[in-house]
Amino acid sequence: MYNASAFYKILDMKKASLLMMVGAALLLSLFFFPLWNIELGAPQYPVPLGMNIHITGIEGVKEFDIQNIDGLNHYIGMKTIPKAEQMWEFTVFPIVIGLMSVLGILLGIGGYLNKVKPIFFLYWLILMSVLGLLGMYDFNLWLIDYGSDLDPHAIMKMVDANGNPLTYEPPIFGHRKILNFDAYSYPHIGAYLMAVGMFFTLLAYLCGRKAKTN
Amino acid sequence: MKTKFKLLLTCSVAGLLLAGCGDSKKSNKGALSTNAAEKVYVAPGEYDEYYGFFSGGFSGQLSVYGLPSGRLFKVIPVFSQDPEKAYGYSEETKPMLMTSHGFIPWDDSHHPDISQTKGEVDGRWIFINGNNTPRIARIDLEDFSTAEILEIPNSAGNHSSSYVTENTEYVVAGTRFSVPIPQRDMSIKDYKGNFKGALSFISVDQESGEMDLSFQILMPGFNYDLSHPGRGKSHGWFFFTTYNTEEAHSLLEVNASQNDKDFIAAVNWKKAEEYIKAGKGKKMPAKYAHNKFDNSTHMATHTMKDEVLVLDATELPGLVYLLPTPKSPHGCDVDPSGEYIVGNGKLSANLTVHSFTKMLDAIENKKFDGDAYGLPILKFDDVLAGVVEQPGLGPLHTEFDGKGNAYTTFFISSEVVKWKLGTWEIVDRKPTYYSVGHLMIPGGNSAKPDGKYMVAMNKITKDRYLPVGPDLNHSAQLYDITGDKMELILDFPTIGEPHYAAAIKADKIMHKSRQIYKLDENKHPYVTKNPSEAKVVRKGNEVHINMTMIRSHFTPDNIEGVKVGDKVFFHVTNLEQDFDVPHGLAMLGANTTELLVTPGKTETFVWEPKQVGVWPFYCTDFCSALHQEMQGYIRVSPADSDIELSWSLDDE
Repeated sequence: MYNASAFYKILDMKKASLLMMVGAALLLSLFFFPLWNIELGAPQYPVPLGMNIHITGIEGVKEFDIQNIDGLNHYIGMKTIPKAEQMWEFTVFPIVIGLMSVLGILLGIGGYLNKVKPIFFLYWLILMSVLGLLGMYDFNLWLIDYGSDLDPHAIMKMVDANGNPLTYEPPIFGHRKILNFDAYSYPHIGAYLMAVGMFFTLLAYLCGRKAKTN
Repeated sequence: MKTKFKLLLTCSVAGLLLAGCGDSKKSNKGALSTNAAEKVYVAPGEYDEYYGFFSGGFSGQLSVYGLPSGRLFKVIPVFSQDPEKAYGYSEETKPMLMTSHGFIPWDDSHHPDISQTKGEVDGRWIFINGNNTPRIARIDLEDFSTAEILEIPNSAGNHSSSYVTENTEYVVAGTRFSVPIPQRDMSIKDYKGNFKGALSFISVDQESGEMDLSFQILMPGFNYDLSHPGRGKSHGWFFFTTYNTEEAHSLLEVNASQNDKDFIAAVNWKKAEEYIKAGKGKKMPAKYAHNKFDNSTHMATHTMKDEVLVLDATELPGLVYLLPTPKSPHGCDVDPSGEYIVGNGKLSANLTVHSFTKMLDAIENKKFDGDAYGLPILKFDDVLAGVVEQPGLGPLHTEFDGKGNAYTTFFISSEVVKWKLGTWEIVDRKPTYYSVGHLMIPGGNSAKPDGKYMVAMNKITKDRYLPVGPDLNHSAQLYDITGDKMELILDFPTIGEPHYAAAIKADKIMHKSRQIYKLDENKHPYVTKNPSEAKVVRKGNEVHINMTMIRSHFTPDNIEGVKVGDKVFFHVTNLEQDFDVPHGLAMLGANTTELLVTPGKTETFVWEPKQVGVWPFYCTDFCSALHQEMQGYIRVSPADSDIELSWSLDDE
């Protein structure tokens, strides 16, 4: 801890503000890279089927993966994987991410011009984190709904040992065995770049604060 | 990394047995020195190092094996109908087997040869000849299916075929039988001097692979047995063995075995091209079929051609020279450098090897020993490179390992003999089981053979496997040829009678192998891309069903309004876009085979219902957990019934 405070001297307020801009701009990578990835492997699928979740919609890892996942899901009565226009999230998320990025960049510019205090970098980060958690919560709700709101006329109606209907939602993070499938759910490039960006804004706040105190 | 680990593991296991991995590679003391099982073992889930394509002989097909494991991957239907895949039965594939003699459901497939670039096998296509009704087929190695079949006119017993030149400029097809050209009604006794042999040069479009019979060279009435292209320095030449230079027309066993020497005919095809440019070719009427399969319409088309360009070798100097070769030579094999031309004189005690350099010199200095029908015969001693003395009995074929060694099969003494090019000394001999015909080294007919394995293809099986009655599969033996001595490491049965095979490193093909056909790109006239477009249409007594299949149902699966005497066309589209999910379709009482439809394809068969009733159809490939539910019914009413056509899925 004793060197940490010295460490934050590496950036003056101008440089910290630049870092704030870079960090906020990294959010825009979500328009180019997937946020999340879900893979479904099974004995019959040695090359797993996969979905990349972008803020703008869901895409197959390979050309026909979505179609093939839907084909398999019809046996257990799951709804087809939603198209972008079927979920409000895919309209709202890009707007939120875009606005947050612009806001962060503006704060950075303000900091650079000495018009904005570093504490606003932290406010931005907190707001972004809250929005991120809300997003995750919403994503999880969707997964649960998707995996448990099943067609009552489904071909296969599976129950657990206690007679409760099985649900098929993939995990939000990590691995879950779903019948013959192994589902793996992990962040993808977009999420990692966003995390790096948010880390940069934290650093920008800490350095900026240090610079101001001195 | 995985390979390195495997190698380490292999070495350590071998080390335990042999006290040292290094030793095991160097010592060549026969079967005890190495572990044959280890060499051919391809662990579950692992891949073979080579694709091996074995001709089916009288099966008419081409089978695909893995080497060194000897596992059968697939049988590709080429010249024969195949009920398993509906090849030659479905409406789309029937045109593939059309000829100038009509529909022919079978042929005798002989010599597969892989396309080449700069003298190396490239894995674009593989060609194979139909021997009986002369045809050449091209198999696409993305699809592993027959893409094209070209009939060869003026040819009979298409045996000295289908070898490619070093950049696949031509696929060459020579006639075994000489026949009247053009065919006409004449006495067989007038054979001599009147019958002719045609050597066909088929050009190949380097992009599409499409074949075109570029020209034929008319030759004296000998039998043209086998052939091989010149390569490297001899690129531009093609060599054909001949027998029956006696021009006998009966009891050839005796009458065609009288001449001490027959010939290897050296054909200068670059000269032929010059003659054609100079307008020396003659267009001649000829009827032959050209059949192509289109991967976008998923249909074959059959067209008849009516003309061929012919060069008469006896009238065009410098086109063909004859190299005297003892005793009815069979195989005609050219070494990787293109210098040596081996004539496997099947009734000779010795193997004769000609020198290309000496041949050019003899031609230049006119060292001729008379002529045959105007074709100069070169002096035997002036073209001879060397003789392998007393190698065995009944030499048939020779392949090369690219390290200066040649391997020749001996049918009568049932063995493979390894000898050295240049010194002609015999290095090793190993028995085969039994009576070996062809042999194959991967890249054998190329400038760069891969001298790791050699496969002997045998004509006689007898006691090699558990007895299965009087009809036996032919046997093949795999030898490790990396050491000084050949080592037998595997014995496996084959399909039909493999006359020659071709092999190529797996990684030259495996990554481009197709998984599905894209439904979006399906241009079949009766494609149904969505179940909502499924329909049944009556045109007179023809009923056309546009049907879809997807796990695990047909759309429609209930059809009424079909009548006795109708001709019912099932046009079935597999909507799957997932690898290895074919669906089948079989109709009770249909006088044809099932359909087996690959994802994204449309196929058709015809059913002519003869009995009133409700008749079922079902999926023949266990496609999914609900495969047994994948079925449907068609109601057949009397011919005079007025029930309207109707169709449904789930009563909708």
